Amino acid sequence: MAKEKIIYQRPKSLKKAYTHYCPGCGHSIVHRIMCEVFDEMDIRGITIGVPPAGCAVLAYFYFDVDMQEAPHGRGPAVATGIKRMLPDRVVFSYQGDGDLAAIGTAESFHAASRGENITVIFINNAVYGMTGGQMAPTTMLGQKTTTSPAGRNSIIDGYPTKISEALALMPGTAFIERCMVTSPASILKTKKAIRKAFEYQREQVGFTMVEILSPCPTNWKMTPLKSLEWVEEEMKKHYPIGVLKDIKAQGKESNAE
Amino acid sequence: MLNKAIFSGFGGQGVLMMGYSLSHGAVKEGLNVTFLPSYGAEMRGGTANCTVCISDEEIASPITSTPDFLIVMNIPSLYVFQNRVARGGIIFMNSSIVNVEPVRKDVAVKKVDCVGIAEKFGDARMANVAMMGKFLRETGVVSPDSYLQGLAELLGKKKKGILEANANVFNAAFNG
Amino acid sequence: MTNKVLMQGNLVIGEAAIRSGCRFYAGYPITPQNEITEYMAENTARVEGGVFIQSESEIAAINMIAGASATGARVMTSSSGPGISLKQEGISSMAACELPGVIVNIMRGGPGLGNILPAQGDYFQATRGGGHGDYRTIVLAPGCAQELADLTMDAFDLADKYRTPVILLADGMMGQMMEPVVFRKPKPREYRTEFSITGAGEGKSKFIKGLILPAGDMEAHNWKLFRKYEEITRKETRAVCEINPDDQAVIVAYGTASRIAKGAIKRLKDQGISVGLFRPTTLWPFPAAELLRVVRGGTKKVLVFEMSTGQMLEDVRLAVQGVAEIDFYGRPGGTVPPPVELANVIARRLTDKKRVFNHFE
Ligand SMILES: Cc1ncc(C[n+]2csc(CCOP(=O)(O)OP(=O)(O)O)c2C)c(N)n1
Ligand code: SF4
Repeated sequence: MAKEKIIYQRPKSLKKAYTHYCPGCGHSIVHRIMCEVFDEMDIRGITIGVPPAGCAVLAYFYFDVDMQEAPHGRGPAVATGIKRMLPDRVVFSYQGDGDLAAIGTAESFHAASRGENITVIFINNAVYGMTGGQMAPTTMLGQKTTTSPAGRNSIIDGYPTKISEALALMPGTAFIERCMVTSPASILKTKKAIRKAFEYQREQVGFTMVEILSPCPTNWKMTPLKSLEWVEEEMKKHYPIGVLKDIKAQGKESNAE
Repeated sequence: MLNKAIFSGFGGQGVLMMGYSLSHGAVKEGLNVTFLPSYGAEMRGGTANCTVCISDEEIASPITSTPDFLIVMNIPSLYVFQNRVARGGIIFMNSSIVNVEPVRKDVAVKKVDCVGIAEKFGDARMANVAMMGKFLRETGVVSPDSYLQGLAELLGKKKKGILEANANVFNAAFNG
Repeated sequence: MTNKVLMQGNLVIGEAAIRSGCRFYAGYPITPQNEITEYMAENTARVEGGVFIQSESEIAAINMIAGASATGARVMTSSSGPGISLKQEGISSMAACELPGVIVNIMRGGPGLGNILPAQGDYFQATRGGGHGDYRTIVLAPGCAQELADLTMDAFDLADKYRTPVILLADGMMGQMMEPVVFRKPKPREYRTEFSITGAGEGKSKFIKGLILPAGDMEAHNWKLFRKYEEITRKETRAVCEINPDDQAVIVAYGTASRIAKGAIKRLKDQGISVGLFRPTTLWPFPAAELLRVVRGGTKKVLVFEMSTGQMLEDVRLAVQGVAEIDFYGRPGGTVPPPVELANVIARRLTDKKRVFNHFE
């Protein structure tokens, strides 16, 4: 009999639970790879997460790490409080684009500006998922949502916001990468980026963020497959994939002057 | 005369549409009506339900613990709601899917092969309209004419063919 | 045969606002009121010069409508629990600056993120000012879709008349439920342009402000606002009474709770128990004098019913002044009890004299 070898299993840090996410949703993929990273780095016991108001509000049912809920958009502030009290823990804030780039802009901007040693996982799905598909700051021009029924119009609704680019300009930020989860290869890349962010946090390099272009088939009114194509063909054009900032690659040890 | 009905099924079975179109029919007849859908988190789980109250007097409460009529389009709905039905009320079951018997013995049960009727006279997706045909036949809550007028308004912007097919399915169930 | 239209409560508010000439709406998505925001996105263009903005937050939304109001436009914003909390700074500022505006709160379960189900836990926040400082907001409490239409229109008129923010306080069930409504013709707007800033042109420039540093001047401003609130209390207090001489008790309830109360009253009547209903439609000003009159008319027992742990209860206590016995039943957190439950509670409390009941039984 051939020897059996486990090649795929539920990460230990991922709770055994059915998620409430829609079929084809990017959140569940990201949850999984984050948990793989927790396992591989063996940091489950020292990690503290902050879930957002958004579809991931119930993330504590899936991540088997300590978590503290935050009001809508305030994740980075809550995470700051946790991190300053427990500097040796790994602290992350998990946020959607409405949470991070609309109502919580001040908190994300200033956590980055302070160079807070936290990691932000930023799920960009170009809409407000939880509340039923309204326009988000990241909604693409021309994209139809329930509050931009004729398609996003730059004159009335402004432009899709590029948060990663903006935060990369700030001296406090150490590592920012934009990824996507549309194929096995891109998912692996995303996982690497997440790992790097947590590693930098442990080395106290500074504020780290991974932005993930993530499908929301439900509110895009597409099939899961079509929504992956849409990320690759439309979203990626406006939100280029890649590393936006990596101060260690530039030869710096930390964001401190 | 106050009639209270709960419609329940999977999201996607047109359950809210059933209550909504019935409410429209009631308005056509100048009756008072309240339509209360389940919303939010409940819908994400995949089940949907709505409560419709119709009366010629002012309607006090739009929620009911004892509906006169229960319309179940899937099995979980039967389990959730059957015990609430008022004694002497009617349970309408979509027998194309619901192949179990209610435990209640003090209510009438009407089985409707919604999918069968819908497929024969229109399209399987009109199973909800087939149920409405049977429901109105048995209860007479609103007249078939008012119902179809209300439905026409709802489908307004869509193609005329769809309305006709819906009317065919409705009439087949109503007269069948 | 009728000109009634069947509409979801949230849309009724939107439509009534459009018909009232609401020229500026800003809002941020939150359940269970998203349909208002979405309706305004589609329909503000029907008002001449109408503008819709999905703001980046509720804080921005309230300040956007403050700005638009300063120019003399009719304005509205809407939200629920967490979003209404964020608006408080702006509401306080609008009250101080005497800027009219309509704020819709479709209440959900709280505190915190709570849930998205119908609740009435924002009564204190709405009626006690909510933000900082010595101010009040008019609070209207509709009990059916028709009143959502009528009171939304009234809200705009009252906001203009008293130059003050007005809150329309409903809940998830009012917002999500559909009922037939008839939209009345809105009253022509009376608002004096002298209160607005539109650019000085060749004339004298003016400013609108709430910062008044000298103590005496700030006190004077507070008393001025107070006199306005007194006038509102005198002229605008509203309640609907459905009382009979042989009532054994009167229920005090507003909004969705009053609908459940009505259902309970019908059931009790079938059991031979006569109970009346006192339904405030302004929560601030609270119809205290009206309630006291009812109680003095011979009611021995007042039963307050709320979808909270007891907030309006305090206003009822103040109003009743110990003249009648007050009892309370509440279901907070998004639970909407069916009428039969309330009917049973009332029947027990009217018959079982010895047992001491707590709020949740
Ligand atoms: C102060 C406040 N306003 C609004 C809401 C309602 N709300 C919950 S989640 C959410 C936005 C969700 O969108 P996003 O952040 O893009 O995350 P997604 O659901 O798409 O993952 C909103 C507006 C809230 N909870 N608190
Ligand atoms: S609504 Fe969109 S973001 Fe939310 S769970 Fe569904 S697919 Fe995911």
